[in-house]
Amino acid sequence: MIQFIQACKRYESGHDALLNVSFELQQGEMAFLTGHSGAGKSTLLKLIALIERTSRGQVLINGENTTKIKARRIPMFRRNIGIIFQDHQLLFDRTVYDNVALPLIISGQAPREIARRTRAALDKVGLLNKEKSFPITLSGGEQQRVGIARAVVNKPPLLLADEPTGNLDPDLSWEIMQIFEQFRQVGVTVMVASHDLDMIKRLNQRILVLKDGQLVGDSANA
Amino acid sequence: MNDRNEPLFEDIEGRDRPGLSTSIKTYFMRHAQVFFYSLGLLWRAPFNLFMTAAVIGIALALPTGMHILLNNAQQVSGGWEGAAKVSLFLKQNISADQAQSLANKLRKLPKVAEVEYISKQKGLEEFRQRSGYQAAIQALDENPIPATLVITPKLQHNDAKQVEQLASQLKTYKQVELVQLDSEWVQRLYAIMDIVRRGVTVLGLMLSIGVLLVVGNTIRLAIQNRRDEIVIVKLIGGTNGFIRRPFLYTGFWYGFIGGLIALILVFISLLLISGPIENLAGLYQSEFALHKMDFDTILTILVLSIGLGLGGSWIAVSRHLREIEPR
Repeated sequence: MIQFIQACKRYESGHDALLNVSFELQQGEMAFLTGHSGAGKSTLLKLIALIERTSRGQVLINGENTTKIKARRIPMFRRNIGIIFQDHQLLFDRTVYDNVALPLIISGQAPREIARRTRAALDKVGLLNKEKSFPITLSGGEQQRVGIARAVVNKPPLLLADEPTGNLDPDLSWEIMQIFEQFRQVGVTVMVASHDLDMIKRLNQRILVLKDGQLVGDSANA
Repeated sequence: MNDRNEPLFEDIEGRDRPGLSTSIKTYFMRHAQVFFYSLGLLWRAPFNLFMTAAVIGIALALPTGMHILLNNAQQVSGGWEGAAKVSLFLKQNISADQAQSLANKLRKLPKVAEVEYISKQKGLEEFRQRSGYQAAIQALDENPIPATLVITPKLQHNDAKQVEQLASQLKTYKQVELVQLDSEWVQRLYAIMDIVRRGVTVLGLMLSIGVLLVVGNTIRLAIQNRRDEIVIVKLIGGTNGFIRRPFLYTGFWYGFIGGLIALILVFISLLLISGPIENLAGLYQSEFALHKMDFDTILTILVLSIGLGLGGSWIAVSRHLREIEPR
């Protein structure tokens, strides 16, 4: 599903955020991306979502070389990826329901389909009773679950999460991770950047370790 | 609830895309939705909406109103255009008989269609009726009005040059004191109106550019205010078209409401000056009434203002949306 081949990212400042990173993630596989802040976790996820482009090397998503994807095609490409952010990135002037429905509206689904899938996604994260609330009235954990519902409502085959539990207490973090685990079980490829090593180890999934932009550890090879 | 049984994540491969007919239907529905959604957003801040729309309205009302007045002026003067008559004012010592015989002589000229003789008495009578100088005229010992022959040239000679030739020919008669072309001042008026018309066009163009910039700037601010939202929509796969849409419709609404304000302003202004103008027309014994806006003008203004609104927002959107990318 995800294949990095000697991928490098050098920012205009000359800083090498990623250096010769190579790994492969199969469909339905779940992997944690860990390392200190500044190690390149976010950059790696950004390369997958085409928020950034590789400076050298290649990133293949579902067999497609992302370096060849033109800017016009990026929206369509991103519809196959659910992205979850540490800071949720919700629209605060719209209800929970509208936030979650947004990807479906963007992809032009029929209204009945939108209602059905939005409620299903909200149900999945246990927020069906909050659909009419505004995000600002929700707790941090609930906001993050809205973000997750929005990321999965389009049934993307690939789910990316950048520090999704960064601001949450351990119990809530665990809950969120359990939700990701459930997606993996139904065949979604999941990649989560996190520095919460204790919890990651308990989840018993593949772990990729970044250090100064280089991949220094991969539990699959251990 | 039925929705809960949706097997959301069971079949990843079977990600269903909407069918074509559904796509087309939802496409138009989304457009309609955004159309009214953008109006709703504007309506939430009615003061801002009104401020911008009023600027557009005033900017468009000015050239529109002047254009309508010009058209009216042309209508008034249009009736005089064909009447290129030549007036011969005869010398004071010419008697009525001499004047009549001159008139008969002139009637035989090939270039002359008609000669009307206005005697000194009749001339005085007419002058007395039309002007407010009754008292002054009564104070005079003798009639100061000369006998006049009003000559209508034959139609094929009724272009400015030939009429002028005729006038200079008539000037040679010794009974004639003064020859006056009635059409001269009409031509001058036309020349002046041409200048004014050109000026109104230039003014209209400049104000239109102003409207374009006002809308562009307003939309630019709207884009900056919704920067976060644009980033989010881009991150979850919103196309540029999708992001552009609400801003374009916002521009549409600014243009439309601005156009309505322009029409209302012009309507009120015409109403205000129509009274005095009818008064003035009354002084000239004219039935003239101010022509108000016709349907064509209303349609043109609305189409124009909507076009400017859309154009302005298009400029802003195409310039500023590209700058906003997720980081």
